[in-house]
Amino acid sequence: MSHEGRLLRAAVLAAVALGLIAPIAAGLWQTGRAAFGVLPALGRDAVSLGPWQDLAGLPGFATSLRLTLVTGLGATLLSLLLATGFCAAVHARMTRIAGARMLTPFLAIPHAAMAVGLAFVLAPSGWIARMIAPLAGWERPPDIAIVNDGWGLALMVGLMVKEVPFLLLVILSALSQIPVARHMAAGRALGYGRGIVWIKIIMPQVWPLIRLPVWVVLAYALSVVDMAIILGPSNPPTLAVALTRWFFDPDPLMILPASAGAILQAGIVAGGVALLLMLEAAGRRLGRWWLRRGGRGLSAEPGLWAASAAVMVLMAAGALAMVSLAVWSLAWRWSFPQILPQSWSLKPWTGAQGGWMRALGNTALLAGATAGLSLALAIAWLEGEDRARRARAPWAEALIYLPLLIPQIGFLYGLNVGFLRIGLPSGIWAVIWAQTLFVFPYVMIALSDPWRALDARMIRAAAALGAGPGRRLWTVKLPVLLRPILTAAAIGVAVSVAQYLPTLFMGAGRVATLTTEAVTLSSGSDRRVTGVYATLQAGLPFAAYLAAFLIPALVHRNRRALAGGGA
Amino acid sequence: MIRLFALALSLFATPALADWQQTLDAARGQTVYWSAWGGDARTNAFISWVGERTEALYGVRVEQVKLSDTAEAVTRVISEKAAGRDEGGSVDLIWINGPNFLAMKAQGLLHGPFVADLPNARYLDLGPGSPVSVDFTVPVEGMESPWRLARFVFTYDSARVDAPPRRMADFVDWAAAHPGRFTHPGPSNFMGATFLKQALIELAPDASVLQDPVNDAAFDAATAPLWDWYDALRPNLWRGGRTFPENESVQQQLLNDGEVDIAMSFDPASAAAVIADGLLPESVRVFVPEGGSIGNVSFVAIPYNAANAEGAEVVANFLLDPATQAHMQNIEVLGAFSVLDPSRLDAEASAAFDALPTAPALPDLAELGPTLLEPHASWMTRLTDEWARRYVE
Amino acid sequence: MSLDLDALCIRPATGAALFRPLTLHVPPGEVVTVMGPSGVGKSTLLDAIGGHLAHGFRASGRVRLNGRDVTGLPAEARRIGLMFQDALLFPHLSVGDNLAFGLPPGLRGRANRRAAVEAALAQAGLAGLYARDPATLSGGQRARAALMRTLLAEPAALLLDEPFSNLDAGLRQEMRDFTFGHVTARGVPALMVTHDPEDAAAAGGPVVALKGYCPP
Repeated sequence: MSHEGRLLRAAVLAAVALGLIAPIAAGLWQTGRAAFGVLPALGRDAVSLGPWQDLAGLPGFATSLRLTLVTGLGATLLSLLLATGFCAAVHARMTRIAGARMLTPFLAIPHAAMAVGLAFVLAPSGWIARMIAPLAGWERPPDIAIVNDGWGLALMVGLMVKEVPFLLLVILSALSQIPVARHMAAGRALGYGRGIVWIKIIMPQVWPLIRLPVWVVLAYALSVVDMAIILGPSNPPTLAVALTRWFFDPDPLMILPASAGAILQAGIVAGGVALLLMLEAAGRRLGRWWLRRGGRGLSAEPGLWAASAAVMVLMAAGALAMVSLAVWSLAWRWSFPQILPQSWSLKPWTGAQGGWMRALGNTALLAGATAGLSLALAIAWLEGEDRARRARAPWAEALIYLPLLIPQIGFLYGLNVGFLRIGLPSGIWAVIWAQTLFVFPYVMIALSDPWRALDARMIRAAAALGAGPGRRLWTVKLPVLLRPILTAAAIGVAVSVAQYLPTLFMGAGRVATLTTEAVTLSSGSDRRVTGVYATLQAGLPFAAYLAAFLIPALVHRNRRALAGGGA
Repeated sequence: MIRLFALALSLFATPALADWQQTLDAARGQTVYWSAWGGDARTNAFISWVGERTEALYGVRVEQVKLSDTAEAVTRVISEKAAGRDEGGSVDLIWINGPNFLAMKAQGLLHGPFVADLPNARYLDLGPGSPVSVDFTVPVEGMESPWRLARFVFTYDSARVDAPPRRMADFVDWAAAHPGRFTHPGPSNFMGATFLKQALIELAPDASVLQDPVNDAAFDAATAPLWDWYDALRPNLWRGGRTFPENESVQQQLLNDGEVDIAMSFDPASAAAVIADGLLPESVRVFVPEGGSIGNVSFVAIPYNAANAEGAEVVANFLLDPATQAHMQNIEVLGAFSVLDPSRLDAEASAAFDALPTAPALPDLAELGPTLLEPHASWMTRLTDEWARRYVE
Repeated sequence: MSLDLDALCIRPATGAALFRPLTLHVPPGEVVTVMGPSGVGKSTLLDAIGGHLAHGFRASGRVRLNGRDVTGLPAEARRIGLMFQDALLFPHLSVGDNLAFGLPPGLRGRANRRAAVEAALAQAGLAGLYARDPATLSGGQRARAALMRTLLAEPAALLLDEPFSNLDAGLRQEMRDFTFGHVTARGVPALMVTHDPEDAAAAGGPVVALKGYCPP
């Protein structure tokens, strides 16, 4: 192993540990102190269990907790089930590239924007209701709780509209690493139906490759704030929403029970991951027993088709939501039961409230900086692994994903205090850094597999031709990996654009981005302006994905092995 | 004109006015970060107009930090205090009142007193008990400066509602006749809490106790009729009273969508303004219960560690300028009522107010009836806690 | 030029050595063939000689080129060329640029470098294909381009890892002649691992059997 490899690895590890992990730990420490009653700024110095008692005594606490568990676990497991069923049914007819192209808009649009659109599509006065109204003879919207329902079903639908496409992409990319067609042929030749082969042979190979992304989805679904405000129940809301409210309560002492809740929230995510691990172990034991019985079983086809139909319905609802936002941004008056606006206007785009230019500029700057920084770090990390000729240690893997698995609300407050205490100013630099915490893991997820899939012998050939490590990186690896690198950057842009809490906390509210503006404005009632911001919010990542598609196609236009995708 | 005025005053060189000149000098070149709720596009536009004017007149730039809840700014100042950042703080000016003000004042997080030092304070009635001297019955003591008047009003769609309820007590019968057509924001929101307070003032056996800090006996006696009333009302609310809109804007959207027929606002002019903006049908009108409605004043306050306190004072003073207040009251601009004492205005300023345009959905002061005083801030906390205890499942 | 292995032995971080310590001498222009059952570590042996050993393996013994000990040097400094069963041309470079990649930096001047590449292309029967996308070449063309790329780097020794196993029968004989012809002409010592006895016969050099290590 080369000395240089060790140095690079140490440098990247130090950057990740000191720049990303230590602040999270420090933030958790601050929040943890407040959770046990220590908050010197408010004159609280004594350790006590008071905040926990207060937390448990808050009205609706038990319901909030139940809602969080039901919506978070429910949305994740259902999304996983539907995405798996869909892949099983259509995989043979859909390539990874075609799939990715179809899924891109769903991945590009931030959760909050999707939620605003879905709320309009699903509400009793919404688009679907307006299409039914002439048939049903409704003059007024029916008084039924479709959105903000007490069970959190609308929230689950909203989460699924976003998470199913993400899981589809993850599963499709895992499948591209497995000889699915040959295993399918072998299984069917042994007398197993397609669905059964999928469950018994393919999924057990896919699961280890998608386990971490599923955890990330679970952690997100358990701690989502913006989508839960817009689609979830309000009386009481889910725990994460309640926590955000308590953190911003007029009574500053509410920070204490809110901190206890934030620690609890982190515990819930840890518990959820543990539950998945237990399910996995049980499934493995049960599956083996089932496998050894050798039963060819019933056909799983109807289940697969039902799952595919459900996925299509979800995607259709999501597409309607995105279209409705674009229509709203061009509307002037659009009231029930009109299917299309009564009057149109460009005012939402051109009006005085169109301060979106500056927000767009800030957002693009942040997205470029964080995606670039994360990409540099990820490439340095992966190259360090190459030079040391080591595979990634499990603890290193865990380190990378940590920011995605700990709920943001759990450490952002403490992080902000810590940041101020060491005398660093809030502002654009702090926001870039805080966003990088969350952008880096996604860039790493996106880039790791294609990087490792690169034929190691090609790099050996380059070394045997006398190319040193630097030349191997710059003239062989990076050009060959141009497409996955740009795709990872586009994913980084999408993640950066969607960041709300880190921008809010670390920017002291002064760094206005499309997302902070959209959330502020959607606390107002103007769907038209929200439509403008949501369109831009979805448009920026979409442009990045488009660039990630077009640039390699242009650069490698005469290179058949690279232009068509792959790598 | 204002600069001339300031110059003329500085020549007199009384100590206070000389101080003001120092403030102006120190403020020049500063950028004031004004934390203000950002959910209302017209208010946002007014604030950016203020920034243009103060930059032209005093070289003070204003950047609005748009909040979805005022308490965000309070939390931010607390974080800074927790981190020991006692100067150079990131919040210069906050649009504030009620419990947020009480919390910041009680925690010693405010700069001041400064209001009496503002030259334009001479247009205010600062006598004890005047509307701008108390905020939710808590004495202001110069720690925050008023800028706009808020009055609680209901808005309704006259195309769908013939006769809106005339008293708070009548809402029970109206909702029974029109189930699912009325709601209020959740009481964890300011507007939802105000709806309950409005009902409490009308229904309480003796409303005068509300002006004193709350105690258990007074609370039980005063709120018993309120809970009876609410228990009767709730089953006929929108969604059976099991869920509530997040805030007044979401409720306004429900009114626009036709999901409810009555909404509420803290700004009598907002209905007319919002109609002009295409966000409500033109048939929407404003009404106030017989006996009047709760009124309060919106203030601006300066955190103790503000980096640009002088600039913030200059902005607070500019907001009190009669010309600014008349501009603000213009229905085509913001339509928010002025906080100045009409009897202290000169003829020119009075004429500016009289010349303001009007609109069908804009009530005049006579239609608004008397202004009811806000209960002591402790009642609001107690009321919303008790509501949550009873109705959050 | 010669390649010498001196009691070379490879073991995983934990576990027994893959094969018995190997000592052999490859004279210039000669091809020594290493054969052995699959899984015995033939490719790992080549990795150790070329300097590409993965983390987790430890090599003992020495590798000498012309008597110079290169055991501690990184791959790029050893000047040991490498050929695989796949041509592994860099997909983002044209055929000519692939060859230019191997050309030593010592050769100066654009025109000189271009001429060297064009000459090598002509030698391989690829004249006029400088700008071609490597993905559009036939299997034989690709294999010849890969060999020329390796030879342009002026290696002091050549390692061949089952170089002909992916070619069809007719092409295989042609590539054997082409490859071994160049090895002989340039006097480069070459070490080939294969499990095809015909490869060994065509190479004409000594054949070494790599034996699995049986613990006593």
